[in-house]
Amino acid sequence: MIRLEKLHLSLGSCQLRGIDLELQRGSLNILLGRSGCGKTTLLEALCGLRPIDSGRIWCDGEEITGLPPSRRRLGYVPQDLALFQALSPRQNLVFALEIAGWTKAAIASRVEELCRPLKLEELIGRPSLQGFSGGERQRLALGRALALRPRLLLLDEPFAALDPELRQELGEMLRQLVREEQVTILMVTHSRAEAEVLGDSHWRLDQGVLKSGLA
Amino acid sequence: MSSLSSTSDRLFTAALGAVLGMYVLLLLVLLLADASFIRWADLRQCWADEALRASFRLTLVSCTLSALLAVLVALPSAYILARCRFFGKAFVEVICDIPIILPPLVLGVSFLILVNHVRLGGASLEEWVGRWSGGAFGITFQVAAVILCQFTVAAAYCIRSLRGVFEEISPRTEAVALTLGCSRSQAFWRVVLPESRRGIGSAFTMAWARSLGEFGPLLVFAGITPFKTEVLSSSVYLRFTTGDLHGAVAVSLLMISVALGVLLTLRLLSRRAQP
Repeated sequence: MIRLEKLHLSLGSCQLRGIDLELQRGSLNILLGRSGCGKTTLLEALCGLRPIDSGRIWCDGEEITGLPPSRRRLGYVPQDLALFQALSPRQNLVFALEIAGWTKAAIASRVEELCRPLKLEELIGRPSLQGFSGGERQRLALGRALALRPRLLLLDEPFAALDPELRQELGEMLRQLVREEQVTILMVTHSRAEAEVLGDSHWRLDQGVLKSGLA
Repeated sequence: MSSLSSTSDRLFTAALGAVLGMYVLLLLVLLLADASFIRWADLRQCWADEALRASFRLTLVSCTLSALLAVLVALPSAYILARCRFFGKAFVEVICDIPIILPPLVLGVSFLILVNHVRLGGASLEEWVGRWSGGAFGITFQVAAVILCQFTVAAAYCIRSLRGVFEEISPRTEAVALTLGCSRSQAFWRVVLPESRRGIGSAFTMAWARSLGEFGPLLVFAGITPFKTEVLSSSVYLRFTTGDLHGAVAVSLLMISVALGVLLTLRLLSRRAQP
């Protein structure tokens, strides 16, 4: 379970005030809000990429407020995906596993596990990211973030640049990951319809304050 | 409407192409003028000169060493300037640009003063190096001075070029690497460096070319001693000042050939390394 207690953060004109949030394990949680209201800042603060002014962050009973991003075990997929262009698709996928020092056999087994739900089998055999479509890039970025079995997966508008059919397909893929792998997801989106269909719980940021529900 | 617009597009492209064409023509005419001025015998005579061959070897070695050193120093410097905000950054940026804006001769004079006239602990730097090495090594009018001058100018250009390369790489890429378990240094080695390898190749090429063309500071700080500190740029000057115009042009053409050969090879290699 992920818990945020009275999180305060100010970054230029963006302010987050007293954010309290609880996310259940194996749930898909939606974060809505106007552009510039601090959704990305909140995700980055959770990852440890932005220092917070006050408050505490708990993850499965462990306080991670002061931990560096590398030790939080949270997966993050930013809006631009930030795939590593100089690496091959497979190198992107196993990046976190190699950093963590997994053995070759363990890496191969995890790659197999990831390829099935994300339909990556054919993609990771390609030599480079050149020619990847938006959906393919998206799936690879998801796989890269999921490789190390993060305690929370943070997705910043993951479907923003995709067509409706692909959005639906990837949405179903996320639901499947939540169902089968018990992944906890906090996903930022602008689409109310998508939020209604996909989300187990809904949150909205309004003038720096986090409120529950869609309305 | 569509045909009008395509005509104007063609005119626009043609105008830009004409400007490029004129500049390329100017450079080609310069080369042709050199080539038409000398005879084949001049080239043979030039290459038969032992001192020139030593100068050629020193040029290749010193340019390569200077360019390597320049890239090694520019990589961390440019990364810090591209990614970090710190007190006095504007001042540091201006200081790094000094070798670019300074007249080359002034740089040589400054090195001469620093190494020979600034006394630390009762002796100049030149004297300290002499004492430590038992008289075996020196700086002024030695190969070290050649490399020091070439490196100083080349590094300034490298820092500028690599800074632009690092600024092009989204900081978010590094941020994601951190969430995947990397430390800052791992993110730099595993993500930033591979993504900037083409830029590093270009910076090395530029540093090499800058070093090849360096002359002013060498004249003052390294001197032009045949078989010792003479490089191709100073060979041209030496021949020109002794009235050997044909020799000067022959060495110039040799320099141009070397530069074109090295730059083309590096460009091809960098293209092949492209992911």
